[in-house]
Formats: sequence, structure tokens, C-alpha cells
Amino acid sequence: MPNPLRSEGEAFRFLLGAVVYFAAIAIAGVINEWAGLVVFIVLTAVVVAWWWRAQKREPRPIEALAVPPGPGDERRILVIANETVGGAPLLERISELASDANARVLVVTPALNSPLRHLASDEDAARAAAQDRLDRSLAALATNGVHARGQVGDGDPLQAIEDALRTFGADEIVISTHPEGRSNWLEHGVVENARERFAVPIHHVVVDLSAESG
Amino acid sequence: MATVDHAAHPPVAHQSSRVDARTLGMFLFIASEIMLFGSFFTIYFFVRVAAGTPWPTPPNQLPVFVAGMNTIILVTSSFTMHWALQSIKRGNRSGLKAGLVLTFLLGLTFLLTQILEYSRIGFTPHTDAFGSVFFGLTGLHGAHVFVGLTLLAAATIRAFRGHYSEEHHHGVEIPGIYWHFVDVMWIVVYTTVYIL
Repeated sequence: MPNPLRSEGEAFRFLLGAVVYFAAIAIAGVINEWAGLVVFIVLTAVVVAWWWRAQKREPRPIEALAVPPGPGDERRILVIANETVGGAPLLERISELASDANARVLVVTPALNSPLRHLASDEDAARAAAQDRLDRSLAALATNGVHARGQVGDGDPLQAIEDALRTFGADEIVISTHPEGRSNWLEHGVVENARERFAVPIHHVVVDLSAESG
Repeated sequence: MATVDHAAHPPVAHQSSRVDARTLGMFLFIASEIMLFGSFFTIYFFVRVAAGTPWPTPPNQLPVFVAGMNTIILVTSSFTMHWALQSIKRGNRSGLKAGLVLTFLLGLTFLLTQILEYSRIGFTPHTDAFGSVFFGLTGLHGAHVFVGLTLLAAATIRAFRGHYSEEHHHGVEIPGIYWHFVDVMWIVVYTTVYIL
């Protein structure tokens, strides 16, 4: 939805809306006090309803991001995982995909953060936690014979993928999530949106950490 | 001879790729402004609604027509501000300069008219609660117009010195957001204090 603080253009449109809103209330209020109150209530309800619908509206489809090809016969595998980054099914899948001698693996762990901390750019703790998970995952991969690189990415997994694609590129993407019902990423359609947005094969690996620990 | 390593620089700061720091600064600033104006409007509603003070208290009269003309002037200045930014986005430097100068002059006209209005209005901030609230709200807004004019003056001088381009015009965009915010606040002040 439009944010009147993000750009001058949107602030200008917000001003025009405010002029119409207050002019209607003032005109009705001058004619009759109760008419002014009714116009105020009706217009406010319309604005709130419009805002509510704008919040709920599905995001517009994003044009698929072109992924640059890698050198020669190299196979680049991009892994996006957070809490599930050390899960056994994921490590197995990465080992399987990276069995090719020419495979290069980049593991990205998005620095998940609360909306308030994100807005205040207070990301240090989130990045440190993501880095910690990433280090343990890379060590586990090394134990399995897979030499991967790793980096902490943006808190939004789609943004993290996009950032990694711009620097690393990828021939395949592996997205690891918790099982359905427990995964915030699945609830927000991260896998479907990634398939829509990025023109490379995307593998979805489900890691049930509670089953693994139990 | 000593050489300077031009490649040496501090590491790139980590910041979100979605919230620009300057936009965040403007967001926090305007949030604080809304709270400031909110406190003044709370006094206004208390005096007028809770205490039931007649508005304006007889025999005082508010110059509704002059303030209405001033409102038109201020809203027009938002159009010229928008034109200025749209011009530089299209590479039209003359439009940028003309838009900024017009916006500055319209804002200055608004402020001078308000000062003139104060000198002729017939009551003062210490006349009664109505006077205090009137001068408090309109004076607070006037102070914001003054700050906006300062920002516009800086942007105008920079525009005449050849700053800004189609790609780089943040120095016009930020004062523009602030100016529209000041206009929105005036619409609220004018409607509640003068009209209703």
C-alpha cells in the first residue's frame, strides 16, 4: 500500500487525499453539525476499509529475475535455510546435490529479526545468531565431505535469495523449512513465490527438528 | 614519497536493503512531529469540547477568509514542489529551479500573511484559553513553515549551483516530503480551528 513517507510523490498524493477528506467534512459541518459528523464517520470508514483491503491485497507478480550462467560446467547450488540449517535431511540433500566434482555450494542463513528491530536497523543480534547457525551447518557439511561457503543474508528469505543470486548466481536453489503448520516461511508462501520469481529449479526440503531431537 | 591507498576505506555499513536510512530518519522525525501536534490538538479539544469554551470567545472573530486564501496559497505551493521534483526527474533543470523558487515564494507569502494576521487579529495568547490555543497551534505550524522555508532555500541555492540530476535528487525529495507534511498539518489546523 502507498506509504506517504517513502517518496515525495506519495506524500503529494496523501496531501491531495487530505484536502478532499477535510474539505468534505468542513463543507458538511458548515451546512449542519450532524451532517459533518456523518461525513466524518463515513469517510473515515471508507479510508479504513480501503487501507484494510490494501493490506490484504496479494502482492503483484514479480518479473522473474534472470540468473547469470556460471563458468563452464560448474554447478552452483544455493541453499537458503535458517533454524533448519543443521537438519539431517538438508545436509543429506546438499551432499547428494554436491556429489558432482564441479559443484559449488553457498549456504545463506537469513538474519530473522522482529519487525521493530528491523525497522530500527537493530540487526546485530539477529545476524550473530544466524552466523552461529551457519558456522555449525558448514562444519557439519565439511564432516560430510562438502566444502561450502556461507553468508548471512537479509531477514526476508526472498530478498536473501535475490541478493545471493546477484553475487553468486545459482543453477539450483534449495530452500529448507520446518514442516507445514510450523513454518512461517511456508505460511507466507516463500517457496511458491521463489518459484514464481526466480528462473532456476527450486528444491524444497522439509526438516522436522522436533522429530530429529526426539 | 608517501602514497595514498585510495582503495582503503571503512567496511560498508550493514543496513537493510528495504528501509533507506534517510527515509527512516524522515519517518521517525514525522512520527515525533505527529506526537507534538497531537499534544497541541489534545489541548484544543479539551478547551473546546471538555471545557465547553465558546469558539472563538466573543467578541473575537477569526479571519476565516484570509486564512482560506492562505490555505490555497500553501496547497498551491505543494503543486509547485511536486512540479519541481518531477522536472528534475525528467532532466528539466529550469523546471526544477522555477518550481523551487515558486514554492519558496508561496511559502514566504503564507508566513508573512500569517504574521500580518497576528498583528490585526485583536487578541493575544494571554487573552484567554482560546487565544492561547489559537496562537499555540497556528504558531507551531508557522514555525514548521519557517523550517520548511529554510530547507527550500538550501535546495534552491543548490539547484542554482548546478546540484541534482535525474538520478540524484534526494536533496529535493526530502524537503518535498517535509513540505507536504507541513501542508497536511495546516489543512488539519485550518479545518479544526477556523472552520468547524
